[in-house]
Amino acid sequence: MSRMLRVEKRLTQTVWQDVFVTLLSLVLALLFGAVFLRALGVSPWEAYSEMFRASMGDFFGVTETIGKATPIMIAGVGVLLAFKMSVWNIGAAGQAFIGALAATTAVRYFFVDNRFVMFWIMLALVVVTAGSWSAIAGYLKARWNVNEIITTLMLNYIALQILYYFVYGPWRDPASLGFPMTAPFPLAARLPFLGETRIHIGLILAVILAIVFWYVFRSTRWGYEIRVMGQSPRTARFAGMNYGKNVVLVMFLSGAIAGIAGMGEIAGLAGRLQPGFTADYGYTAIIVAWLARLNPLAIPLVSFLIGALQVGGETLQIVMRLPLASTLVLQGLVLFFVLGGEFFRFYRIRLVREVSD
Amino acid sequence: MEFMVMILAAAVRSGTPIIFATLGEILTEKGGILNLGLEGIMLVGALTGFAVSFYTGQPWLGIGAAFLAGMALVSLHAFVSITLRGNQVVSGLALTIFGTGVSAFLGQRFIGLTITGLGRVAVPGLSTIPVVGRIFFEHDLLVYVSYFLVAFLWWFLVSTRAGLHLRAVGDTPRVAEAMGIDVTRVRYLATLLGGGIVAVGGAYLSVVYTNIWTEGMSAGRGWIAVALVIFAIWHPGRAAFGAYLFGGVVAFQLRLQAAGTRVPIPLLMMLPYLLTIVVLVFITIRQGKGILFGSPASLGQPYFREEST
Repeated sequence: MSRMLRVEKRLTQTVWQDVFVTLLSLVLALLFGAVFLRALGVSPWEAYSEMFRASMGDFFGVTETIGKATPIMIAGVGVLLAFKMSVWNIGAAGQAFIGALAATTAVRYFFVDNRFVMFWIMLALVVVTAGSWSAIAGYLKARWNVNEIITTLMLNYIALQILYYFVYGPWRDPASLGFPMTAPFPLAARLPFLGETRIHIGLILAVILAIVFWYVFRSTRWGYEIRVMGQSPRTARFAGMNYGKNVVLVMFLSGAIAGIAGMGEIAGLAGRLQPGFTADYGYTAIIVAWLARLNPLAIPLVSFLIGALQVGGETLQIVMRLPLASTLVLQGLVLFFVLGGEFFRFYRIRLVREVSD
Repeated sequence: MEFMVMILAAAVRSGTPIIFATLGEILTEKGGILNLGLEGIMLVGALTGFAVSFYTGQPWLGIGAAFLAGMALVSLHAFVSITLRGNQVVSGLALTIFGTGVSAFLGQRFIGLTITGLGRVAVPGLSTIPVVGRIFFEHDLLVYVSYFLVAFLWWFLVSTRAGLHLRAVGDTPRVAEAMGIDVTRVRYLATLLGGGIVAVGGAYLSVVYTNIWTEGMSAGRGWIAVALVIFAIWHPGRAAFGAYLFGGVVAFQLRLQAAGTRVPIPLLMMLPYLLTIVVLVFITIRQGKGILFGSPASLGQPYFREEST
């Protein structure tokens, strides 16, 4: 008689398992991050408590974190929409750049000195432009099955260069002393802030989007179709659903929403167009969507955690002189552990006795 | 003519890191594992290559260390996607995020330093061939290693028993298993070796091409390599052709910048990425709608032996 480990498929997955596995993954990622920090001669305890203090320790910290989390939340909802359909939109960063460019275009060429009207003009232009930008990848996939991972990524690099072209070239503010940035936006083109915080109304938009898409996926026919197409395009085709049309539509919406994240960054926080404001948003949005297990309602919570990680990372940079990239290290680890944890959601390992003859 | 030869020779040099990355990914994907972590692996390879060369003064040690670092990093992806059967797209992205972070983090102390890289060695005989000699045979030794690797991988996949087994594992793991091939072992080997080769591509950037380390210096080459695998329909020979094509665009763009062109630099910098999309579209259309020719049939799908019984 011998004993051996057997891997068995679980028949059901419960919400409790999801939450438990996700939390455990986060804890393990932090533990591994601690090993990493220790190896570099940094006290992990000091680093983590510093991060926690800065991001959640007081009212100011929490508002900073929420401010940081807002664009992540918006972009997270955007890519989640595509992921539901198993369309891999990796281009949220580029779409945010295009959104920022569109918002600046609105300010430069369609300016109306009325905050309410200006908001809608900006939003409309951003949605159309950033949506069309990402719909290019959707169309190429729908029409010829061109790999959307590559096209959305390449569009990131192209969007960044377009941004550089404008801020280093025709749109550069002569008064900026050579810095690549446009002139500050007039007040009417700025998003209102909530009280004395750095939280702008993009937060409300983000929460509304999360709730809307939660409802869409839960209770509408279209949401159901998107889910079916995500799980099995073949089944969807046999059921008469139009895969191609929906790929384009989903990519349009996904990109438009990511574009709004870019608009929030410049019309909200920065108040002018400048490069480097969304360097890692594309990746971050993917992490958020995945950590939320593609549930829109979980996006705000996860975004808050990632926002805290980023605020904490910035503090580490200032206080402990650690590179900002340390947050990327932690984000990568979190993602690995969550993925590894998936295994235990879908399979269980049992010790079984085998009778040898 | 002189200008053309110069551009083409430069194309070979700037195409070489992409060749390594593309060949590594072909090896991995032939075994059925999709690795989207190339960008992260190249960066870690570039940093390791630079750091080890800096401390030891031996560029070859740096390149060897980069190979090992690439294997170590990709082992995360291998474990998650082969043993834990996780989503390969997300795991690869995690690898890119992690590798980008780790290289920026650890690389901070090397910013601004320089190393002595590999010198150029003209191949006796071959370098005297008119035009061709100057384009292909007046480079550093690592370029010649890349030629050898193209030929070797080509021969390996087409003509060897082990290559056949690898392709079987990537196409129909179930059948491969029935043939007595250890699918898990083959996939691990292909993923680890592939990751090591990708990292050498990264090391080429820092150790040979620029002799410096800068954050994010792979600048999308890892992703271009992922696209080139499709362009090459998983064929090492076509991969080399594609890499030189892109190297040519990069070299051409750099020369135009150096010549002080009036075209804005960002528009030039866009060219390689734009060309990647155009080529990808062209190649996908030519192969027709639906499944890509030459793609390993079970690429990206986890394999679970127990389910087969």
